Amino acid sequence: MRSDRNQKTPLGLKIAAGLGLIFLHAPILLIFVYAFTTEEKSYQWPPPGLTTQWFAVTWNRPDVWEALSLSVRVAAISTAIAVVLGTLCAAAVSRSKFFGRETVSLLVILPIALPGIITGIALRSAFALTDIPFSFWTIILGHATFCVVVVYNNAVARFRRTSGSMIEASMDLGADGFQTFRYVILPNIATALLAGGMLAFALSFDEVIVTTFTAGQQQTLPIWMLEELIRPRQRPVTNVVAMVVVLVTLLPILLAYYLTRDGDQIAGSGK
Amino acid sequence: MSMAANQYRTAPAILPAASGIRGVLSDAFWRKPKLLLFLMLLPPVLWLGVVYVGSLFALLLQSFFSIDEYSGLINREFTLKTYGDLLQAANLDIILRTVTMAAAVTLASIVVAFPIAYYAARYAQGRWKALFYLAVMLPLWSSYLVKVYAWKLILAKEGILTWLLAKLNLLWLLDGWLSLPIVGGNSLSVSFTGTFIVFVYVWLPFMILPMQAALERVPGNLIEASSDLGASPRQTFWNVLLPLALPGIVAGSIFTFSLTLGDYIIPQIIGTSRLFIGQAVYSQQGTAGNIPLAAAFAVVPIVIMGIYLWMAKRMGAFDAL
Repeated sequence: MRSDRNQKTPLGLKIAAGLGLIFLHAPILLIFVYAFTTEEKSYQWPPPGLTTQWFAVTWNRPDVWEALSLSVRVAAISTAIAVVLGTLCAAAVSRSKFFGRETVSLLVILPIALPGIITGIALRSAFALTDIPFSFWTIILGHATFCVVVVYNNAVARFRRTSGSMIEASMDLGADGFQTFRYVILPNIATALLAGGMLAFALSFDEVIVTTFTAGQQQTLPIWMLEELIRPRQRPVTNVVAMVVVLVTLLPILLAYYLTRDGDQIAGSGK
Repeated sequence: MSMAANQYRTAPAILPAASGIRGVLSDAFWRKPKLLLFLMLLPPVLWLGVVYVGSLFALLLQSFFSIDEYSGLINREFTLKTYGDLLQAANLDIILRTVTMAAAVTLASIVVAFPIAYYAARYAQGRWKALFYLAVMLPLWSSYLVKVYAWKLILAKEGILTWLLAKLNLLWLLDGWLSLPIVGGNSLSVSFTGTFIVFVYVWLPFMILPMQAALERVPGNLIEASSDLGASPRQTFWNVLLPLALPGIVAGSIFTFSLTLGDYIIPQIIGTSRLFIGQAVYSQQGTAGNIPLAAAFAVVPIVIMGIYLWMAKRMGAFDAL
């Protein structure tokens, strides 16, 4: 037993940490209350009354459904691309040492290390220089680029824990490369890939800064919300959408956490 | 006995050459691991190299173009004119305002994050530790826009903060603060104070995580030794704990600083009409159609972050990431 673990927590520290956690969570909880308010024109607190009618109103709004559908399609395709690219890159970086290895890992991390606006304006300049018109695919081009890193991070951590001798054993027992991949490597990294994929999905589903530069006239759900924030048209609908977005992003994050919690707590570290 | 030997002999010592395209490929990858490595690296490097690095070069290139003031068309010839425009007083103001905000946000994040990170690293155990981790992770990953929106609700004049302060008879404090120059305004949601609070809120988890990682590595015995040797808690904090946690703090500050430099949505929704770098980039490329100036503006955070990262590296911050 290390001597440093059996001390009483100072009260001041407890209070400061508790207040910090309240600061982190109270605003998100507030969203849930506002989704039920009867007030339409302002952000009045406390809500004058509670109602569930805005859920029905939101359900019948075609523009919300269109934005949601676009966001889901973009996130699904971007995630698929990111899973393939991120896994390949992680496999290459973790199984061998080669010239330029550091450069490759830097290359993967760069799109998320630089502020989103740089990625956005850089893509925007590239589209302007090459005369590529904005479309569904330009959004995906941007999203897939910054989603690679989360899959990569999760996969690299898992590869590090997967012993190389298992692969050698599989080969010694007569499996060819593809069989080894299918029956030895894939089952080992599957949960890490799933976790990375879910985080990539959540990241893409929520992204707004890069998207404003690559989307043209199309509205993903975050862009729809941004429009509502700048020029509010129907506040109650925005409240409901905000609540739904919180719930939709919460699930993949919790799942990703449970898939990777033993051993490496990599899943969410660093967006 | 000879029967048993015969049975062993039926398995050939060397397997027959693999057949089919799958077998040939599998054998080729086994004999030439470099080939497999090359094929694995090709798609991601190609994607990131062409799409991302290519775009960054396009950005740099654009910043050396200029816009024709009369026709509004982009003149694709090398010039430093756009960087000259960037150095106008109004634009320098924007840069200074953004850097000041980023520094203030970073400092405040350090102060707010420290108790949480320290508690999680030193006192939380087992189940509580996992809970703390999730409690930091969930706000980090929940929707950015929703978080900003939540603060619009909180800071609104008719919102919960005003209500709370009224209940506590502290409205005079809020009014006093809002009447101050620069940080004040009509209400919190249209003041720099509001912008500042939201920035701190949104980037706080990015500070807590590396800070906690650094604090986990500080042996508790050191703290005890310090107090055994007669240091007051304050002295222990400044002379033992803080220097050892510094790499984590610097690592966290990279995030808070860089993210504040590049953000354009928070000051647009909660704040005054005075611009930040991100907003300048956005409005120059959008309504003004001046992509070269937008590109030149975007180079500013890259340069600032380059200097910042270089200094952070010298302080050993990357070991704490």
